[in-house]
Amino acid sequence: MSSIELRQVSRWYGNVVAVNDVTMTIGPGVTGLLGPNGAGKSTIVHMIAGMLEPSRGELTVAGEPSWHNTPLLSKIGLVLDKDTVYTFLSGTDFVTAIAKLHKLPVPAAAARRAIAIVEMAEFANRRIGTYSKGMVQRIKVAAALVHDPEIIVLDEPFNGMDPRQRLQMMELLNRMGAEGRVILFSSHILEEVERLSGTIQVIVGGRLAASGDFRAIRRLMTSRPHVFVVRSSDDRVLAKALIARQAVTGVDVTPRGLQVRAADYGTFTRELAGVSRDEGVRLRELLPADESLESVFSYLVAP
Amino acid sequence: MSEVINPVVLRLTIRATMGRKRALIFAIAPVIMIGVSALLKLAAKSPVWPPEFLGVFGFTVVVPLTALIIGTSVLGAEIDDSSAISLLATPIRRSTVVLTKFVAATIITVIFAAVGEFLAGAIATGPGSKLAIGLLAGAVAASVVYNALFVMLSVITSRAIAIGLLYLLVWEGLLGSLVGGVRLLSVDQYALGIANSVAHESQLKAHLTLGTAIGMGVVVTCLALVFAAVRLRSFSLKGDAV
Repeated sequence: MSSIELRQVSRWYGNVVAVNDVTMTIGPGVTGLLGPNGAGKSTIVHMIAGMLEPSRGELTVAGEPSWHNTPLLSKIGLVLDKDTVYTFLSGTDFVTAIAKLHKLPVPAAAARRAIAIVEMAEFANRRIGTYSKGMVQRIKVAAALVHDPEIIVLDEPFNGMDPRQRLQMMELLNRMGAEGRVILFSSHILEEVERLSGTIQVIVGGRLAASGDFRAIRRLMTSRPHVFVVRSSDDRVLAKALIARQAVTGVDVTPRGLQVRAADYGTFTRELAGVSRDEGVRLRELLPADESLESVFSYLVAP
Repeated sequence: MSEVINPVVLRLTIRATMGRKRALIFAIAPVIMIGVSALLKLAAKSPVWPPEFLGVFGFTVVVPLTALIIGTSVLGAEIDDSSAISLLATPIRRSTVVLTKFVAATIITVIFAAVGEFLAGAIATGPGSKLAIGLLAGAVAASVVYNALFVMLSVITSRAIAIGLLYLLVWEGLLGSLVGGVRLLSVDQYALGIANSVAHESQLKAHLTLGTAIGMGVVVTCLALVFAAVRLRSFSLKGDAV
């Protein structure tokens, strides 16, 4: 049975509770573990990886507890945020070494296969020290895949990637999820995961705050009220036009530009360009004013 | 899965350790020792300098410091910079990891420090001399015991180098020369005891018999490695910064 189960899992450090009474089941397909920094995502990932002991509760991976269970690691592929890779090795050497540590019968072939999955064959003979962050991340995914695990856990796999690399990584995760593997990844940026399909678990302040499928959460995200600062060639003309729109609930004229309260993030951002063009106003700047992650997450948690 | 030493880990560890800039530091103390031996050979009048210099300087400074740098580097430095995590994410047994890292550290220490002792001894009294062979035997034994201790320290704490230095300076250096009983728990005394059993040289100032030195060395090595393996089994990553 491939799944990750957490039943009333808590973890604390001294008096500080990092993870508080979390219960969730992560089955086949892609699951995102989302939440602001310090919410407890990494703590959960580390416990699943068997590299941190839960203070309380029951945590099983493929039916077995992961703490003090190194043999279980033959069923799990881990891509941890913090781990660095020997930079003196080539991609092929590194993945082959990991294949040998897994005691695979034909390590070189397994390594080639895993490197092909992450589309790194072209660069596999270069030293890892010469790789970009996105390439290092992909070679780490190849190492995590080399033993063909049913369960793959990735901590912040999108960190430090540019948009193109992020897209490639999302496609890769989707593909692996579609193969029926259990894919769990963590991320602190909601917008990062727009192209992923599957379910998400939102962690805020160590607690499971929301869970559901990506599309529902994404809809909540894009229809949330939002404040933007807009600077243009004629703020007052633009203000008049904007206040007439359904998506806008208020406009303040300030010395730094217009402060626009949008009822609906998605609609407003789609309409703004058209409105200003119709009015003959030139847009100079558009800034989300309350884009702090906490505000996004607390909005998601509030309803 | 009953392997004790993993050849892949052994090879990678030796490559990584020798590749760090620290590898240059490993060589400094032995090179100084060999250089000074050559100078003393040419200039010194006193016939007792070889056991005094190579015993005291060699066994209380060169061998332990080299082992300290290497022993804390093979696993500890890799835990600190997180390169050990990709290894710990595989189903390889943690006791195998500890033993392999220990063997790698011992091999490197023997190459630098023990061979250094032998070369210096060979310069002083000739390559076939009892002193040179005794120094080699003592230094190999010291490499084994020190590395077990320092690998263990590096699993327990990220301040392994500082604590290792304190042990060498305060316990072996200061207390070892003042309090007789301390010698029973001092690695340099095991090394001197073993060296002396071959060299029969009173200037080595060995205090332990061969049997005691080997017995205590084996006990300390085994305990340190078992404890390191137990601690590595519970290796924990720091979660979110709290």
